[in-house]
Amino acid sequence: MRGYRYLPDVVTLEFDPDLCVGCGRCFDVCPHQVFVIKENKAWMVDRDACMECGACARNCPVKAITVDAGVGCATGLIGEWLNEIKPRRKGCS
Amino acid sequence: MSYIVPPGLYAVGQPTPDSPVIVTANYKMTYDLVRQALVRCDAWLLVLETYGINVWCAAGKGTFGTQEIVRRVVSSRLVELVNHRSLVLPILGAPGVAAHQVKSQCGFLIRYAANRAADLPEYLGNGMQTTPVMRALSFSLAERLVLIPVELVLELKAVTLIALAVLLGFSLAGSFADGLQAFSAYAGAFGCGIALTPVLLPWLSGRRFALKGALLGLLWTCCCYFLSGGGWPLLVTLAAVLVLPAVSAYHALNFTGCTPYTSRSGVRKELRNSLPVMAGAVGTGLLLLLISLFV
Repeated sequence: MRGYRYLPDVVTLEFDPDLCVGCGRCFDVCPHQVFVIKENKAWMVDRDACMECGACARNCPVKAITVDAGVGCATGLIGEWLNEIKPRRKGCS
Repeated sequence: MSYIVPPGLYAVGQPTPDSPVIVTANYKMTYDLVRQALVRCDAWLLVLETYGINVWCAAGKGTFGTQEIVRRVVSSRLVELVNHRSLVLPILGAPGVAAHQVKSQCGFLIRYAANRAADLPEYLGNGMQTTPVMRALSFSLAERLVLIPVELVLELKAVTLIALAVLLGFSLAGSFADGLQAFSAYAGAFGCGIALTPVLLPWLSGRRFALKGALLGLLWTCCCYFLSGGGWPLLVTLAAVLVLPAVSAYHALNFTGCTPYTSRSGVRKELRNSLPVMAGAVGTGLLLLLISLFV
């Protein structure tokens, strides 16, 4: 994404090229062009651009991609942490 | 007014069995944007039940997802209506949809078309080829500006309470003029984080949102000092330098939820690093203010 870059070396995206069948779905779905297709294989060329939306992993038919998908939102994360700290109430999961 | 469109199959223009099937969410604004984009096209519109949520957020929750697509394809008896076996989806719907599973469960091939509905006519006209432009996400000034009011409304209640407490506290400790000054200083720091940081986002140095916010907060603190003619007691000055940038940094950090490029792991890391610093700064600042009352 032109003009924007977030923290490097943090994302949970992993790609196993040995499993890849070169279908190109990861290239189709990635909003940040993390993958390119060359010689009938996917190549992870820009891992740090990943925003962990999980589209590539979900659309990979051979599970060559894994990522701990979720929303990168500070308010949401703080809310989750507060919920963990709070003693569990009856009837809530 | 309801913002939910009943899910199901709709016709745009005069679709035939050869016309493309476009899949979208049942948030009224999304549905209207897609229909507007397709105004000169003949197409089928398969509206999924996303409970009035947009494509991106619904895909994240999985309501814009594999099961719902299969269910709608079956319930709308699409196989009897069209000759082809393909569905056109927005790229940002992909986090909820496993294309290969849709194919195996109902026989339809998923085509991820573009990020924006506005690119649909070009996509349909060029033989369903996604160009690099259709793939590229943007986050322009206009796109950032429309998000600010939403953030403002969400934070307004808590911030108003804090601002009133600041006004009251400083008025009681000093004069009403002091109260007003502290109130404006706090409100300005809030504005730096929630509005100015998003506006200046690509031009502020660094990748960390908290740092971008803190930088603007620090500049604002300097402005406050010089605009008020200076002469603040040392402890109050120190407190301002600690608290105001932290306030701005906190609200800047909250903007991560609005951007289309921050990862969950990245935000988690930034929060872990910066929340203790912000809390420490605010805590120390308040302590200094308290001490300043007695010296």
